[in-house]
Amino acid sequence: MTNIVEIKNTDLAQTLEINFGPQHPSTHGVFRMTVQLEGEKICGLRPIFGYLHRNHEQIAENLPYAAIMPYTDRLDYVNALSNNFGYALTIEKLAGIEVPERAEYIRVIMAELARVVNHIAVIGFMLNDLGAFFTPLLYAFRERERILNLFEEITGSRLMNNYFRVGGVKRDLTGENLAGIQKIVSRFPAFLEEFEALLTKNEILCMRCQNIGVLSAKTATNAGITGPVLRASGVNYDIRKVDGYSVYNRFDFKIPLGEKGDVYDRFYVRILEIRESLKILDQALSTIPPGEIMNKKSLPMLKMPRNFKPPVGEAYGRVESPKGELGFYVVSDGTPQPWRYHVRAPSLINLTVLEEMCLGQKIADAIIILGSIDIVLGETDR
Amino acid sequence: MNIPLVSPAIRGIEFNADMIFVTAKAWILSLLGHFLPDWVVVLASITISGVVILCLGPVIMMYLTLLERKLIGRIQNRYGPNRVGKWGLLQPIADGIKMFTKEDIVPAKADKVVHLLAPIVIVVPALMLFLVVPFGERMTAVNLNIGILYFIAVSSITILPIFMGSWASRNKYSLLGGMRTAAQMISYEIPMTLAVVPAIMMSQSLSTNTIVMSQEGPYDMHWFIFTPWGIVGFIIFFLCATAECNRPPFDLPEAESELVAGFHTEYSGMKFALFYMAEYMNAFTLCGIATTLFLGGWQGLFFPSWLWFFGKTFVLICVMIWFRGTFPRFRVDHLMGFAWKFLLPLTLVNILLTALWQFTSNLAAWLWSILILAVSLWVLVKLNRTFIPEKRHYPLES
Amino acid sequence: MTIFGWGVFKGMMVTLKNFLTSYFRKPDEGGIFTVQYPEEREKELENFRNFPFLVYDGTPEKIRCVACGICERECPPKCIHIEMELDGTGKPARKPAVFDIDYSLCMNCGMCEEVCPFDSVFMDHAFEVTSETGSEGLVRHKEALLKSNEYFQKIRPALASTIDQKRKAAEEKKKATVQATPPPAAGAQAQGPQ
Repeated sequence: MTNIVEIKNTDLAQTLEINFGPQHPSTHGVFRMTVQLEGEKICGLRPIFGYLHRNHEQIAENLPYAAIMPYTDRLDYVNALSNNFGYALTIEKLAGIEVPERAEYIRVIMAELARVVNHIAVIGFMLNDLGAFFTPLLYAFRERERILNLFEEITGSRLMNNYFRVGGVKRDLTGENLAGIQKIVSRFPAFLEEFEALLTKNEILCMRCQNIGVLSAKTATNAGITGPVLRASGVNYDIRKVDGYSVYNRFDFKIPLGEKGDVYDRFYVRILEIRESLKILDQALSTIPPGEIMNKKSLPMLKMPRNFKPPVGEAYGRVESPKGELGFYVVSDGTPQPWRYHVRAPSLINLTVLEEMCLGQKIADAIIILGSIDIVLGETDR
Repeated sequence: MNIPLVSPAIRGIEFNADMIFVTAKAWILSLLGHFLPDWVVVLASITISGVVILCLGPVIMMYLTLLERKLIGRIQNRYGPNRVGKWGLLQPIADGIKMFTKEDIVPAKADKVVHLLAPIVIVVPALMLFLVVPFGERMTAVNLNIGILYFIAVSSITILPIFMGSWASRNKYSLLGGMRTAAQMISYEIPMTLAVVPAIMMSQSLSTNTIVMSQEGPYDMHWFIFTPWGIVGFIIFFLCATAECNRPPFDLPEAESELVAGFHTEYSGMKFALFYMAEYMNAFTLCGIATTLFLGGWQGLFFPSWLWFFGKTFVLICVMIWFRGTFPRFRVDHLMGFAWKFLLPLTLVNILLTALWQFTSNLAAWLWSILILAVSLWVLVKLNRTFIPEKRHYPLES
Repeated sequence: MTIFGWGVFKGMMVTLKNFLTSYFRKPDEGGIFTVQYPEEREKELENFRNFPFLVYDGTPEKIRCVACGICERECPPKCIHIEMELDGTGKPARKPAVFDIDYSLCMNCGMCEEVCPFDSVFMDHAFEVTSETGSEGLVRHKEALLKSNEYFQKIRPALASTIDQKRKAAEEKKKATVQATPPPAAGAQAQGPQ
């Protein structure tokens, strides 16, 4: 787990190099960091990943477009629906397929539920890394279980949903499902109040999280950071507002920004984002129109994926996934398989500033800073 | 007893229930005294006390672990262990069998003798502490007249085997972890000792029995916790006791395993079980001493004294478990800062309050005490900027 | 409140509340929601998709699958293996002789169910699947995969009844068209003398 690699004698001081091995006690997956220490302070950090590389892009280049959808679930396995969304958007852009309105509303509802699911899990795990011995994690997971049960009813699976299709969604939401979502949305604020009372003003938490791992807005913008990490540093950039993809521009919601960009801000911005997602869900549930859920033109593609040949060209589609900007780049050459397929994973890009955030901090903070960036290895390594 | 108006019959029953263990021991000794010389009876008396403590200690520890898991489970909205025996009552036995049957791994270059001795040496002071804890009226195992001094001295010995264990493991990370643990425990000894001083001052004796007796009064209003210095002293003592047992939120040595190996990484099987046992027995005895010093020990209305003692200790242990379920842990520098820069000055102020209380103990004294406490807390909080949460603003932009 | 220690105290009150309500509340409102697994089970949801199975109508001979091979081609991890049965003269007899699904490869995506044109492959609910011989034991052959239409109705009533209605309507339409257009010889003879 942790073992010494070498002790270097530099001119000024001896630095110690520690290896946080791929087997991590904090559950972020198989991720490795080598940290150079001078006493207690970190003076160098190098992340090493690739332990979960599964050839996602290569596999997708040999499959017809509709069959890639189940594989995109496995990228960011905590919230599979955002990945589905991104991929569906890209192929629709490539082939010029329109999505019916009811399907757009259903997509927004599922994507926001996925955002809630992800943020709860992240906050829970971050508090677990701090040492709160599973209590906040299990409270968070209690709520998450309700949403996952709902996913199972609607899509067939709790985590690997495979629900969106190019041109719509797979199955319609019944009145019962909508009532279930409404119930979850109305009970959520009570849980958030309890969570805030438990931890947000807790002195121990504040001592450990405030002014740790500060990321300035300038560094973040230059490094291409997106998502809650960027918004906690004070930059107002949310793809749902910038691009207005799907039907997001019909809903009224705000973007929470942080002041300082430290770990506490990233934690609190995620709680505020959950509240905004609940607002969007409320509005979407009350205004969802009846209609069909699948573009008639793309039904044949689902029955015979091998016959779908999009026009030659390229497309880049992006969504605001809970971790940042998730982008899919597809180049088509007229055959049923993509010629090139690439995923822009937010976790990987956000990791590039890990060293800068950790320099000068104590070693006990490195894990917390890593937890606040919110990486998932399925995405980072693809 | 302290109830003046109860009928003699009930008092008789109460007395018998109270003295049940004392009379049992006296009966056994009188049986032996019939056919054995005196010195053997004395030896038997010592043996009975020793055997009772040797059995009581580990059994308490076993069921404490089960209690902790069940309570934390309930806090987290789940059942604790409930598969092994009804309500999980046989779970500690299953854990014990598991610990016994694990392979005992000793690192090749470790110092074998010290590596073996460390877990043994840590259990001995934990058991020795049981000797001065007054379990009930006339139920202290050894009624030393320097009881509290003995307690503080023996509980300080616990630091040494931790350091022995980390040194003997021949692992740089164990060493660093062990040194941090030792530093933590030594720093928290000082506020703990100073927090005990007011209770000694007011009862004018170091013997645990006398301290409990001096908290006697009608309707239990004379327990030390109902005084201004008692409340502050109790809170400080309890926090230091939590830190001494390496329990959350001060469990840096154990949880350092996520970063740097803790002092007991190289131990497995029964040796690890001994470290574990020592921690829980320490927790029990420290809670026991906290009840004797501040909560009135075995004083209480109507029920037998040993029942009161165990009940109060049980409540304090539940509070320790409650801390574990709620708080994240401190970082090293915060931990040390808290002990030296906050708790230590507060204990000195506490001693000042006790001195005030010795002169008068009426409403004026309460008001003066609260005033002095408020001023000193304000000063300490201002000086300890890092402990205060900052206010943050989160603008919501569209 | 700016008293030092207030945040800590509020946190403790939350855990105390959870501890006490765990004894009284029902699972849905904040009580304990553990399902003691082998003795109690969670509710089975209709749309839960696990491994695939083959449907037959009535007896295992009347299997709906015609071994067209579409699911074998479309399966993303390629876990299906089909061989068509040949009748006496070597012509294909629209039934599978071999239909193997390798459960260790299957990723429960449901594509086989979506692409099947003959309503014969659907996703099952059974998740307690074990093998005593390593991953070779997880390859399921045709006999293990065949389950009756009644079983399908039981686990997925809504979908099964829709499929049944569709098949019945298609049957009736076929019968109607067969009756409406009599065989060409009789028709030509009837029109002949005109």
